[in-house]
Amino acid sequence: MAIITEKALPSLPPPAHTVGFKAWAKQNLFATPTNSVITVLMVLFILWALIPVVQWAFIDADWAGTKRTDCTSGGACWAFTLVRFNQFIYGFYPEAEQWRVNVAALILAVGLGLLMYKKTPAKAYIGLFMVIIYPVIAFILLRGGFFDLPVVETSKWGGLTLTLVLSIVGIVASLPLGILLALGRRSELPIIRSLCIAFIELWRGVPLITVLFMASVMLPLFLPEGTSFDKLLRALIGITLFEAAYLAEVVRSGLQAIPKGQYEAGKALGLSYWQSTGLVILPQALKLVIPGIVNTFISLFKDTSLVMIIGLFDLLNIVQIAAADPIWLGSQVEGFVFAAIVYWMFCFGMSRYSQYLERQLNTGHKR
Amino acid sequence: MENNVAIQLIGVNKWYGEFHVLRDVNLNVERGERIVICGPSGSGKSTMIRCINRLEEHQQGQIIVDNVELTNDLKNIDQIRREVGMVFQHFNLFPHLTVLENCCLAPMWVRKVPRKEAERVAMEYLEKVKIPHQAKKYPGQLSGGQQQRVAIARSLCMNPRIMLFDEPTSALDPEMIKEVLDTMIELAESGMTMLCVTHEMGFAKTVADRVIFMDGGQVIEMNTPDEFFNHPQHERTQLFLSQILAH
Repeated sequence: MAIITEKALPSLPPPAHTVGFKAWAKQNLFATPTNSVITVLMVLFILWALIPVVQWAFIDADWAGTKRTDCTSGGACWAFTLVRFNQFIYGFYPEAEQWRVNVAALILAVGLGLLMYKKTPAKAYIGLFMVIIYPVIAFILLRGGFFDLPVVETSKWGGLTLTLVLSIVGIVASLPLGILLALGRRSELPIIRSLCIAFIELWRGVPLITVLFMASVMLPLFLPEGTSFDKLLRALIGITLFEAAYLAEVVRSGLQAIPKGQYEAGKALGLSYWQSTGLVILPQALKLVIPGIVNTFISLFKDTSLVMIIGLFDLLNIVQIAAADPIWLGSQVEGFVFAAIVYWMFCFGMSRYSQYLERQLNTGHKR
Repeated sequence: MENNVAIQLIGVNKWYGEFHVLRDVNLNVERGERIVICGPSGSGKSTMIRCINRLEEHQQGQIIVDNVELTNDLKNIDQIRREVGMVFQHFNLFPHLTVLENCCLAPMWVRKVPRKEAERVAMEYLEKVKIPHQAKKYPGQLSGGQQQRVAIARSLCMNPRIMLFDEPTSALDPEMIKEVLDTMIELAESGMTMLCVTHEMGFAKTVADRVIFMDGGQVIEMNTPDEFFNHPQHERTQLFLSQILAH
């Protein structure tokens, strides 16, 4: 039996009952009787769980007041977070100087926004500005001491400001260091490789809390008498080195996933080690491990709350201190919910941006 | 030294650990010569041509490329790699760069050619391999045959004096082999010095000046294609030819 096709069939639209919301719901929510029962039960469960939360957070909530006893409705006492809001954001930063924090944050937001927006021209220059010049500007603004700006000691920094300083410096400083460590760990030079392995394994093997404690309490004991440097700086160095060790392993997993042929093609074209690493290998390897890198950043962001152990007043610590104030006694839950929402917004933002970035950078080679 | 010699291998030996993979290989390739290397898998043919641009290191003997001897001197290695292009079995295009960027990368960074000029040259070569309209696409969007032609163009953009091909058609669908071979034939006709590891015997008959048969790390037989295919001398060669030409 021979079959000979004489003309190609045209493509037709799919049948109507397989597209649209109704078809989707039928397929996914009410496909079988059991499926329908589960759907209904789950909807009931969600309502059962959600209603009390809404009741507490919105319907029974108090928004105005100057002390805990002003909150009488039985729900959340948001008056507490509103009254202490300024402190949650700026810590003990003098109120007259808080505009400096705002300016630094504004430049950061604009810079990041421009970098994230796809069609921004001259991104490379904005990136260089943000990495090289912006830290200087931010430091001058926050610390002061130049251009008639009064000095604000780092011990006064606190709240969300401090959390952001810790995590942004931590992220920006630890990523390049982590990349170098990862490259070093794969180096063919035995001494460099051993040093990198030793560094990574040492820092990964101790808890961050120990690192911070050492940096703040032990380190001064080893330094010659009279030399002391800033507690915040010590915490920053501790966090950076600690996270760099983690990032190094994430980046290394990406480096290992790059086929040998890519290295060979780079070599065969005459690219030097640093050229092929920077132009061929790293762009691919980092793209592969974006989820891992962002994962580490998110955990870094939350781990900054551990600085409370060395007496720095980051967002979580300052909320806790505010809730211990006798006139607001009993407002811990509201404080922690507020802190949780702030942390969540930043972490979720990072997560979404990383997914967007993955899609942007997907050049269709993983089919 | 005679300036007509492009590549010279003198008593080259190489081991992978204990395994003796290249055994006393001697070879003289003149400028403009096209050489096809064939042999069963594991015979050392890929290893041999990968030694020529130092993707593999030989442990004994001399390899002289373009009058420069390959030693541990990094300067010599870099110089040779600039003059020797290589095309791989699996193309090895850079997936994060467009076709055009793939072609411009090495000229811009290694030869310091300005971007405009590099792009002009790249388009010329992409035209030669008949895919200029794919310049803005990423390698992942092209077929295997197209990718391999881009890989050839990418090598040519460095303006090499010698081209090495390491089984360039082995990973391709039958329909795509021809387009790559046509590109290679064209290149051969332009007078390029070529060393090609391949099992495409038709290609060997059409363009090769000499065919080399390797087995067990040794050069077993080296002859003109005519002699090689019609009157193979060595028993092993006869067996190999009967195997691959049987179907």
